[in-house]
Amino acid sequence: MAATAPRPTTRKRPADVSHRRAAGRRDRVQWKGYLYALPALTVLTVFLLVPLGQLVRISLYHWDGLSASTWAGLANYTEIARDPQLRASFGHSFVLIFFFALVPIALALVLAAVTTRAARLRGVSVFRAVIFLPQVVAMVVTATAWTAVYAPEGVLNQALNAIGLESVGRSWLGDFGTALPAVGLIGTWLEIGLCLVLFIAGIGQIPRELYEAAKVDGAGAVREFFAVTLPGLRGQITVALTLTVIAALRTFDLVYVATHGGPGNATSLPAFEVYNRAFNTGQVGSACAIAVVLTGVILLLTFLITKLQPEDDES
Amino acid sequence: MISRRERALNYAVLTVFAALALVPLVGVVASSLTPRAQSSPTFTWPDHLDWSNFSTAWAQGHFATYLRSSLFVAVSVVLITGVLAILAGYSFARFDYPGRSLLFYVTLVGLMVPPEAFVIPLYFNLRDVGLTDSYWSLILPQTAQSLAFGVFWMRNFFRSVPSAVIEAARLDGASDRRVLWQILVPISRPALLTMAMLVFMWTWNEFLLPLVMITDEAKRTAPLGLAFFQSAHTTQYSLLAAASVIVALPVVVLYVFLQRHFITGMLSGAVKG
Repeated sequence: MAATAPRPTTRKRPADVSHRRAAGRRDRVQWKGYLYALPALTVLTVFLLVPLGQLVRISLYHWDGLSASTWAGLANYTEIARDPQLRASFGHSFVLIFFFALVPIALALVLAAVTTRAARLRGVSVFRAVIFLPQVVAMVVTATAWTAVYAPEGVLNQALNAIGLESVGRSWLGDFGTALPAVGLIGTWLEIGLCLVLFIAGIGQIPRELYEAAKVDGAGAVREFFAVTLPGLRGQITVALTLTVIAALRTFDLVYVATHGGPGNATSLPAFEVYNRAFNTGQVGSACAIAVVLTGVILLLTFLITKLQPEDDES
Repeated sequence: MISRRERALNYAVLTVFAALALVPLVGVVASSLTPRAQSSPTFTWPDHLDWSNFSTAWAQGHFATYLRSSLFVAVSVVLITGVLAILAGYSFARFDYPGRSLLFYVTLVGLMVPPEAFVIPLYFNLRDVGLTDSYWSLILPQTAQSLAFGVFWMRNFFRSVPSAVIEAARLDGASDRRVLWQILVPISRPALLTMAMLVFMWTWNEFLLPLVMITDEAKRTAPLGLAFFQSAHTTQYSLLAAASVIVALPVVVLYVFLQRHFITGMLSGAVKG
């Protein structure tokens, strides 16, 4: 009987389908649903949501983690605006966004444009797996690999010596001018594979007729890119931006292992300051305020990026 | 048809970027096989293969202990997350009750909030109840974090199962519980595998949480152990490289066999986050 009933277009109301069969049970609120969700929601609440609330509360106090705390009001927040070191750490984050998000996406777009048919090539899944590999390697391992590249006698300087550029060589992670871009380039290396894999898959989904049509209209490679490829990849660009921007803002392990925020505080980042203040220098209130601002920035940027997503995207 | 020039160009681009991705990692592997006498502070290409770095690093760095900790924590998180995500995903996908969407969006908060945000209060909470420096201090918070993705992932999968399948079972008198465990769970094996792989990788690679929670050397996880090992062995890169390979290998091996699961999961999981 239920099978002859019209299929509901939305899945929101399964009650319609089995209405006659089990009227008594399906019409009422399905209280059992709460029971099934309860264990997960409990764990989430105790270990994630409650701490988030406490984070905001602690950020309003001066507290060293041991003795009694004193009310600070917004002092920990105004400190972020005033303290040049903290301001710098947020500034560094935005430099990292350039290296983690903008450079890989731009590069991957150009590359994807010249490999519009890569998705159909033989062996593409092997390439895809290799290009994506940096994403699954523990960040601590990535950091140790790159410290060897950037070391004073590292392979980068060896390569520079080989082409007669000894004068450029330096301790890349120990130099105030180059440490932050050097960390940023590790991020570029990390994220470009992700972007490339996303875009190649995305281009594979763009109808070939659009490319044929562009060709018939006499569009060159550049016109084709802006008229077909770029609009076709809007959804993938949004995903890439979300993932890479969050990765840049959350960077912690990389800097902890590769530079420890140094030299000086040339590579200190908000996440690193959070850890350092809370667990090394006994400024728990201040650490929480930084964490609140960092979380706020992440949520805000994520929100702004999703605004870029085309309306008709799968949802 | 693809012209020959275009094909060559496509392969060239793919090859260059595959090589770029591999160079630092191959450097680590090559250095790890370099005899100690030849070792330097950077990558080295071995004159002859020498596996002794692995045994030395394994013994000096206590990696047997660290890997055991990591394995125990990661498997626990995968199992607990799996069960809880299946239950909650079922609830959000197949039940109708007030506040369902709200509760679902609340779980999604965990997808966006960085661990830096909740680790400080969490540390003091767990310290107050004497749970810091225990495996629980790693397992429970990481389960919470993984659940955000897990619930989202399982809910979407359960929603994609045609209603007819479930209605047929109900006609046969199957209870909610039987529908879940005997129909939905068996057909969602690929989705479950993807989730398990991602959660395993995230937990295995997690660094901040063990750094904050664990002081007992015997409970250090592999990445944490590597960070300590690194600060003690800055000059002997071949040894550090061997230790790095030991830490990265379990996830990389899984990745080699199940790369499709890793890639689709990592790319689609964040789509709507």
